[in-house]
Amino acid sequence: MCLAVPGEITEIWDDEGTPMGRVSFGNVTKDVCLAYVPDIQVGEYTIVHVGFALQRLDEKSALETLAIFRQMGELDAEFGDQWGRAAEQAGMPRPDVMGGMS
Amino acid sequence: MKYLEEFQDPELAKRLLDDIHATTTQPWAMMEVCGGQTHSIIRHGLDQLLPDGIELIHGPGCPVCVTPLEVIDKALEIASRPGVIFCSFGDMLRVPGSDRDLFRVKSAGGDVRVVYSPMDALAIAQKHPDRQVVFFGIGFETTAPPNAMTVYQARKLGIDNFSLLVSHVRVPPAIEAIMTSPVCRVQAFLAAGHVCTVMGTSEYPALAERFEVPIVVTGFEPLDILEGIRRAVHQLEEGRHEVENAYPRVVCDDGNPIAIEMLEDVFEVVDRSWRGIGMIPQSGWRLSERYRPWDAEARFEVGDIRTQESSICRSGEVLQGLIKPHECAAFGRECTPRTPLGATMVSSEGACAAYYLYRRLQVPPPSERVPVGAGAKDEAR
Amino acid sequence: MVTESISIEPLTSFEGWTCPLPLRDSPNVVMGHGGGGAMSAELVEHVFLPAFRNRTLGGLGDSAVLEVAGARLAFSTDSFVVRPLFFPGGSIGDLAVNGTVNDLAMSGATPLYLSAGFILEEGVEIAQVGAVAQRLGEAAERAGVQVVTGDTKVVESGHGDGIYVNTAGIGVIPDGVDIGPDRARPGDQVIVSGDLGVHGVAIMSVREGLEFGTEIRSDCQPLHGLVAAMLDVTHDLHVLRDPTRGGLATSLNEIASSSGVGIALDERALPIPDVVADACSLLGLDPLQVANEGKLVAFVPPEKVDEVLAAMRAHPAGAGAVVVGECVADHPGMVSARTGFGAERVVDLPIGEQLPRIC
Repeated sequence: MCLAVPGEITEIWDDEGTPMGRVSFGNVTKDVCLAYVPDIQVGEYTIVHVGFALQRLDEKSALETLAIFRQMGELDAEFGDQWGRAAEQAGMPRPDVMGGMS
Repeated sequence: MKYLEEFQDPELAKRLLDDIHATTTQPWAMMEVCGGQTHSIIRHGLDQLLPDGIELIHGPGCPVCVTPLEVIDKALEIASRPGVIFCSFGDMLRVPGSDRDLFRVKSAGGDVRVVYSPMDALAIAQKHPDRQVVFFGIGFETTAPPNAMTVYQARKLGIDNFSLLVSHVRVPPAIEAIMTSPVCRVQAFLAAGHVCTVMGTSEYPALAERFEVPIVVTGFEPLDILEGIRRAVHQLEEGRHEVENAYPRVVCDDGNPIAIEMLEDVFEVVDRSWRGIGMIPQSGWRLSERYRPWDAEARFEVGDIRTQESSICRSGEVLQGLIKPHECAAFGRECTPRTPLGATMVSSEGACAAYYLYRRLQVPPPSERVPVGAGAKDEAR
Repeated sequence: MVTESISIEPLTSFEGWTCPLPLRDSPNVVMGHGGGGAMSAELVEHVFLPAFRNRTLGGLGDSAVLEVAGARLAFSTDSFVVRPLFFPGGSIGDLAVNGTVNDLAMSGATPLYLSAGFILEEGVEIAQVGAVAQRLGEAAERAGVQVVTGDTKVVESGHGDGIYVNTAGIGVIPDGVDIGPDRARPGDQVIVSGDLGVHGVAIMSVREGLEFGTEIRSDCQPLHGLVAAMLDVTHDLHVLRDPTRGGLATSLNEIASSSGVGIALDERALPIPDVVADACSLLGLDPLQVANEGKLVAFVPPEKVDEVLAAMRAHPAGAGAVVVGECVADHPGMVSARTGFGAERVVDLPIGEQLPRIC
């Protein structure tokens, strides 16, 4: 739930047995408790909620997701919009050109 | 911010929307569980861009909204005591109790402080050993690990002037309660992404199976929400009801095992009353036996709390997705963010506040499906 | 001197002005009343206006415009209670000068003289008072104004927050200049002079409990030079406002209300620097509600926009000037914004103080 933002670990240290880290969120940094991601390394990404890193952010997965989104437009650009517009004008539902995508 | 802004790209949003439009052949109603998702949807106007037939029902995933009135009143009582430094997340300060809120307590001389993290409250306790420092530990499963670690540290470091006022709630029992309600219209769920970051997805297949609803673990940025909706629509159109993870960059099936272990140590499951909804069995957490000495409810004997909700507030029906905020007669009149009757209008995640803040320009067309009379509220219980 | 009074019912009781619910009948001041948003506005409207009763005050501009012995003067006051006293890019002393100078400048006036009143808490280090005074003096010199009168009081320890400063200022308004919050008209273009949310983020970054690392420095600066450059191009500026506490959202809502127009923004045009966006993402805040201290918003008739923009961009304080929206006849009194996704949302006043959130 709730507000958890992605940031990059730039520094790690130990505070009386608790791993702490400096996390960079673009242009601001904050000190964050890393107790729940004890194996995380400098340079990796994590999501932070109320001063705690909750999980490593899988960069490969993030990039794959974005790539899938980008591919989504390609078929549509070729065929979809014209059909869709024609259908709308005729008062009919848009044809499903993305049936294979799920 | 990297891995945030890319998921706000309007061009990619359009592609997701095109797919949703191309796939939808009939009306569907789905619920986004988390208040943060509601906020994002309304803030960016995503629901305005969906096909007319897709309805988003706003779920009860706003911990501020569902914190029971008794707990708020207890918090107010404790915060009013001399010698107490009462620390809280900013969200809770304007939540109305029976007759006041934390701001009013501060105004009357109470030492009420906003903190970003529960660890800040612990630091205050270390800095002021002569005062009692209480942290208002609300939230769903996402916030529970930070609160757990804080009380774990308090115990480890022997910080005895610190205590936690706990009111945690769990999502899966809420989904169950919503689905078993006789007036439930929800056909698919967008599960709360950050809750699943912690807890994993193991509690959902049984729910998907039992109620035959698709459950798609969904994030919070516009593209994440649209992708969650897209996958839900595909499942609905194809007659499937599976658990899907549309937020794989931070959610894996096992969640965060270290956090889960800590939660099992620090908390124990209890029945919990949700403000506006009622008792949902096994839906809450309280401190376990080992951590009871740091439980503010035990430490501060808070006597008979007699609660008094507004009689015209329909937060509960909004939280259950039975009515939309603007369908409540008090919306925008007696009840505004400035003069809230219930928690859904106070919290920025509450559906009522979101509608009020971002939506006053439009009067959405009246829904044909939902009777908006107050009688619906009693049936749901 | 304008002496007409308008008919506002004097407030003899608080019945009826708050929501009928007991919860909102707040007999005590709460922090939200100082936030610059809706609660502050209510306090002014229901407690102060009725007590002072005159048309000039009722105009609720940044400064009062007065006719005295044939000259038109702008007269303004502002109090400064910022914590911490010294922050990245400025101090309470800088704010004390630039805040009032800017209020005067928003009426088109050339600021001339300031008063400075200090309320000091018993126990505060004299060296700190000295440092504040030093910075105040330097800011006055940079702004080309003189502090010509002042006062000092001391309150008992525990009754103040270190140092409070009030400044009042007067300036002269050139002939033919008629700028006020009620002058916006449908079609006017809305221009902001540069990056938004900078001051608020700079302050928050050093506030106890929130601290975060950032390079950002407050944008506190005097704006009368920029305004003069704009007036050189045309006297037909309709509204000027410096959006301080409560952010751009507050200023726009106030102007929309005073002028009886709607305002439509384009979110993609808003100049929000990455550092402000990142800090706001972290804390869950809306950049439009975050304070600025060295920016202005201008409402300019469409035929003058290009010239005014060029003049602004040629001035150091207006280098980032950009059109962010326009006045419309729809939804008078309300501000809307077109989101990056093509949908529309309302931009509202913050209720009280901006607080970081977890959800």
